[in-house]
Amino acid sequence: MKTGVVFQFVSLLIVCIGIIYYIQKARNGTTYVIRKIAGLEAIEEAVGRATEMGRLVHFSPGIAGLDGVTAAQTFAGLETLGMVAKLVARYGARLFVSIRVAIVLPLAEEIVRQAYMAEGAIEAYEPECVQYLSSQQFAYAAAVMGIIQREKAAASILLGGFWAESLMVAEAGFHAGAIQIAGSANITQVPFFVAACDYVLIGEELYAAGAIASGNPIKLGSIAGQDIAKLYAIILLVIGILGATAGSNFLVDLMGK
Amino acid sequence: MKSQGLMIAITFVFALIIIIDAFFAIDFISAASTEIQNWGTIIASLALALAAVNLIRIHSRRIRLRRGEWYNSVALLTVMFVQTAIGLVNRSTGEVYNFGFNNIMTPLGATMYALLAFWIASAAYRAFTARSIDSAILLVAATVVMLGNAPIGESIWSAFPSIKTWIMDVPNMAAQRGIMIGGGIGAIALGLRILMGIERGHLGGSDE
Repeated sequence: MKTGVVFQFVSLLIVCIGIIYYIQKARNGTTYVIRKIAGLEAIEEAVGRATEMGRLVHFSPGIAGLDGVTAAQTFAGLETLGMVAKLVARYGARLFVSIRVAIVLPLAEEIVRQAYMAEGAIEAYEPECVQYLSSQQFAYAAAVMGIIQREKAAASILLGGFWAESLMVAEAGFHAGAIQIAGSANITQVPFFVAACDYVLIGEELYAAGAIASGNPIKLGSIAGQDIAKLYAIILLVIGILGATAGSNFLVDLMGK
Repeated sequence: MKSQGLMIAITFVFALIIIIDAFFAIDFISAASTEIQNWGTIIASLALALAAVNLIRIHSRRIRLRRGEWYNSVALLTVMFVQTAIGLVNRSTGEVYNFGFNNIMTPLGATMYALLAFWIASAAYRAFTARSIDSAILLVAATVVMLGNAPIGESIWSAFPSIKTWIMDVPNMAAQRGIMIGGGIGAIALGLRILMGIERGHLGGSDE
């Protein structure tokens, strides 16, 4: 084994085993109740409002790609895009999905197309509703801002990895009078979303959004399994606090192994 | 649905190789991991062609139908084709090719970034309104932090920098770490759902 990763490997195993155990329990029929997330509840209301007003629903899966540590945020956004697209297809609203990373484009197109098919509204599907704008961060932001303001979007859903463009896009949505639901695990961008958006999914809520929205008991089992991982983190924190208070660095040393 | 099963199997095997490579020093796994990541880069580059097709299709249709502000689409396609032609002739390191980037893209990007200050002011004006106890706490904390950061704060009261440091290092850091731990665990759970084929939304598919 490589040096310095033993503790990480053991921790990963503990977290994975905890989550898989709960997934298996859910498969065997155990049901879990997960608290409701206000932002998710608001998505249907936002799509309904856009339908009544005959205006656009904007969705962005963020500006992260499908590789590296931020990929999970893009996948989380794409999981929720399926739900949003189904609602849009069901209500007959207009959807616009803005894309910054080229490799996300075919995935988003397929998700939206399948959602329209699932709702039996494939004739209403417009390939133009998923659009690649630019791979340049601020060119993408400028394009999204322009589209939101020109089309007077009634809803703007921003779920994924965002950086400096988060506030620009959110402010554009605010000034267009859109209901805004945003979520990111990028800690530095969450305050901007809190300031400018109506609902914000913070950190783990973003990753859980697709699972909770689906209501699938197996997916909900995996969310419940996260509690084991949190318990493990809490135990480590308490041991670390006690050790540091007693002047011992054994946990820091252990983590470095 | 068979193709979905194949994609899930490929995802699982490739992810497993990359995970094993992160923890164990096994030569053939390391070589396979590098190869997989190289293929990822190649596929991502090919996706740019798809993106270009998407842009050309949408904007040429807009020009053909004379849809609102279609002249912007003309400008976009013109710049796109001209810059591509220059890149093919002059290469991406050429002086002519970089002229456009250095004199148009870079200043425009910097301008957008600079505009962020106004968006922050606009959002802060709304956020820092004491409409509830929560927002009042936010207002007070933010005011103290700003005064702690600005030299004038220390001139008013010498304790401002210390209070600011405490706010940033204790309650702020505790909240940030809580969110980061939760986010990390959430990302692992999402990864497991994808690898186990439970989450198939990104494949355009239904549930397990």
